[in-house]
Amino acid sequence: MKRIESVNDFVIKFANVNGTGSASANNLFAKALFRMGLPVSPKNIFPSNIQGLPTWYEVRVNEKGYLGRRGGIDIALSVNPQSMAQDIREVLPGGYFIYDNTKLLDLRLHRDDISIIGVPLTRICNEQYEDPRQRQLFKNVIYVGALAALLDMDFKVLTGLVEDQFKGKKNLVLPNIHALELGYQYARNNLDCPIGIRVEKSDKVGDKILLDGNTALGLGALYGGATVAAWYPITPSTSVVDAFEKYAKRVRIDPGTGQRNYAIVQAEDELSAIGMAIGASWNGARAFTATSGPGVSLMSEFLGLAYFAEIPTVLFNVQRAGPSTGMPTRTQQADILSCAYASHGDTKQVLLFPSTPKECFDFGAQAFDLAERLQTPIIVMTDLDLGMNDNMSEPLAWDDERKYDRGKVLSAQDLEEGAVFGRYLDVDGDAICYRTYPGTHPTKGAFFTRGTSRNEYAVYTEKGEEYEANMLRLLRKWDTINEYVPAPIIIDCGVETDTAVLYFGTSEESSREALDHLSDEGVHLNAMRVRAFPFNDEVQEFIERHKQVFVIEQNRDSQLRTLLMAEFEFGPEKLKSVLCFDGTPISARNIRKQIKKHLNSDNVLPLHRDVALLRAGEFS
Amino acid sequence: MSYQLPKFRHPELPVNDLGYTRADYEGAISTLCAGCGHDSISGAIVRACHELSIEPHKIAKLSGIGCSSKAPTYFLGNSHGFNSVHGRMPSVVTGAALANRDLLYMGVSGDGDTASIGMGQFAHVARRNLNMVYIVMNNGCYGLTKGQDSATADRGSASKKGDPNIYSAIDLCGTALQMGATFVARSFSGDKEQLVPLIKAAISHRGFALIDVVSPCVTFNNNSKSTKSYDFVREHAEATGTIDFVPMHSEITTHYQPGHAHEVTMHDGSSIRLYKMDESLNPFDRRSAVNVLEEHRYSGNILTGLIYMNLDSRDLHEVLETSQRPLNALDESDLCPGNKMLVNINASLR
Repeated sequence: MKRIESVNDFVIKFANVNGTGSASANNLFAKALFRMGLPVSPKNIFPSNIQGLPTWYEVRVNEKGYLGRRGGIDIALSVNPQSMAQDIREVLPGGYFIYDNTKLLDLRLHRDDISIIGVPLTRICNEQYEDPRQRQLFKNVIYVGALAALLDMDFKVLTGLVEDQFKGKKNLVLPNIHALELGYQYARNNLDCPIGIRVEKSDKVGDKILLDGNTALGLGALYGGATVAAWYPITPSTSVVDAFEKYAKRVRIDPGTGQRNYAIVQAEDELSAIGMAIGASWNGARAFTATSGPGVSLMSEFLGLAYFAEIPTVLFNVQRAGPSTGMPTRTQQADILSCAYASHGDTKQVLLFPSTPKECFDFGAQAFDLAERLQTPIIVMTDLDLGMNDNMSEPLAWDDERKYDRGKVLSAQDLEEGAVFGRYLDVDGDAICYRTYPGTHPTKGAFFTRGTSRNEYAVYTEKGEEYEANMLRLLRKWDTINEYVPAPIIIDCGVETDTAVLYFGTSEESSREALDHLSDEGVHLNAMRVRAFPFNDEVQEFIERHKQVFVIEQNRDSQLRTLLMAEFEFGPEKLKSVLCFDGTPISARNIRKQIKKHLNSDNVLPLHRDVALLRAGEFS
Repeated sequence: MSYQLPKFRHPELPVNDLGYTRADYEGAISTLCAGCGHDSISGAIVRACHELSIEPHKIAKLSGIGCSSKAPTYFLGNSHGFNSVHGRMPSVVTGAALANRDLLYMGVSGDGDTASIGMGQFAHVARRNLNMVYIVMNNGCYGLTKGQDSATADRGSASKKGDPNIYSAIDLCGTALQMGATFVARSFSGDKEQLVPLIKAAISHRGFALIDVVSPCVTFNNNSKSTKSYDFVREHAEATGTIDFVPMHSEITTHYQPGHAHEVTMHDGSSIRLYKMDESLNPFDRRSAVNVLEEHRYSGNILTGLIYMNLDSRDLHEVLETSQRPLNALDESDLCPGNKMLVNINASLR
């Protein structure tokens, strides 16, 4: 058997039972590697369940900094008998299977082509601990200790992390370090350490941070000046408002009076949540709601009202695999069309596509400026992969000189000085009209907000020509919006080529890795990351100057490609789809394989998920 | 519209403490059917706001969809208005009220808008005790879609179409009580002497104030077999009593009526004086209110007047402990923690 040998480059998958406290131990493992200067990308693969079902945690370590899902498992660490058969099957030939051998491995599961390593976790726990809960919790910490020995990790980094994590709680620090040592010593004394895969200290992390996108969005809303948050719990978006609340409690409560400079309401449903956000925005506060696909469906009527009545609204959509009873804990980018054209009537909604936690923070804050400047809903489109996993990211930063752009709002003084006020009157040609907040002036500036049956002065009318004029102005406004939304990022491969890829959001890391590999094989492609809808002119120019563009997305129906074809009228010959919609983040191997299949349909592997094939020629 | 409300007003129209005439509180001319109860309610709102000397621009009027929800166009023309989404006015008001606690929020809805499509939001806005006035213009039918029964139509009541309603009716006052509303009243569009003081008291109440106003639909539901016709309501209305509303610092000029007077002081310093006709009702006790409502339902009479008021009400802002300064008045210096905190957050994420 040829063992997989590597330094600072592997994928490990932990197989746990939901609700046993494994998440924090696994997190400890990933963060320790990060502190050793190694780029890591941990991903939770969890069921829609609180306790009892299998859950997995996959960590990729890659010194080159590739953070996308690679595909293939080098090391499986199994403490869940329920999923053991699947877990051992998934290990790549030459890989390692580490398991709790208190109960010996079922012979039927045995494989000759991998290294099987036993650590008697349950036995150690039973000897050490009386309390059943402690036995369960420390079992997780013990296997992290064992891994430290097997992978040759710096044990001091682990103990340092535990000390940081439980700062000031000595009664927690010592037992955790003790448990780490139990595992570490067992492995040292009984197993061949290190295995073929090991880690060394590196310096590939720089000043980067490890943060989930939802926390970054919550912080973005806080920095962006949001004061009203209305929401309804839905995975995977729930932690956005949790994060907003956590930091708001720290910095938005007056220490003297205890009064809060924010209000959070858990609404009765998503309809109400967005209604509250719209009501607050109409009244001059910065407000937002966070949801996922099914919530967007419920919010659609209100999104139409906000579009037509031109009310700033900020919506964070953390996408998941639909529908309601579908795969709520798995990732997808499948709400592109339902959001871009959300609601009845002729509507177009502004979408932003962040791809890192830093961008979640930046777009999260910028969304409020854009919403108020452009007077329309701004939907920030992230997904479960970005939102709920710790992603390595540039550090967050804020320019202290920055002022909020509150958009076109007339004050009492403006009205007093004779400003002409027509709520839907375009006075300066950008198709964005002035608004007033309720309560501004006793006799000037009041207006009645409705959907569309009104004229430029917000007076009721059902005249067709007034309706049409308003709709045409909204189209002109769409052109103005074009100038404000984030531009795409274009990466020129440096070699003359008529072929390119286009991607957005969380497909970025895997796409770039795939492009590097393709480039090594002599296939050179330009790349563009789209960051917003409406698509800027640069998007159109980029596509026009290539003969063929691969559109990489994580949904079945090529939704972004459809949107590009609808907006620009590009033909299906020009835009080719590269897709992944099984609920896991798209991997570099998958992208590479699909592109090669398109480019050279005679000489590629068929597209399926056979583990042996995944390894063959794809990875070494 | 091809015609407009005449601008001419009698030069000596009485002005309120702020110097405004009643005309300053009026809106566009109504496009509802002649004789519609809703127009009388609009008139009562105008009178209450004028007499209370509330600055017109310090009121925000919001509605859902339906005949009732068109009504805000026809009053308070100097106030911002919002004709929102069917059944969703409560959420929009909640957001608006959170943004600026200094305005008066006047929500107008109908029986379809509240008791059917908007039942969820109605229940929850009551439960959160949002500081607002919630007026239901209740005619037991869907006017704009030509007279279908609504969920407040009594079982057996027949509209102009003729078929008796086969479902039981939702009693919005009873529902509101169950949901935790802190001010519940019912009135009749044809009884301004009762309705105007109730609106004033609802405005002064801190918390969620429902007034369910039976407001006959002259076009589709004013026939002899309807229990929401003018005639039926006049014959079957039973008032809990009458109330006088005494604004803060005002001298008491209203006429005393015989009977037992009960005076209570409200949050804003004004007071109401209640003359009870029904001694079995204690409007400051929720159980009593529920019982009396239920008794009237059995007897087939319509209980009107103040049904319940909680004087210790704590509204949503108090519960959430939001800042006294309206949230929409805060800027970067109040809201943005600055880069220094991010430096610390970054450090904790390494």
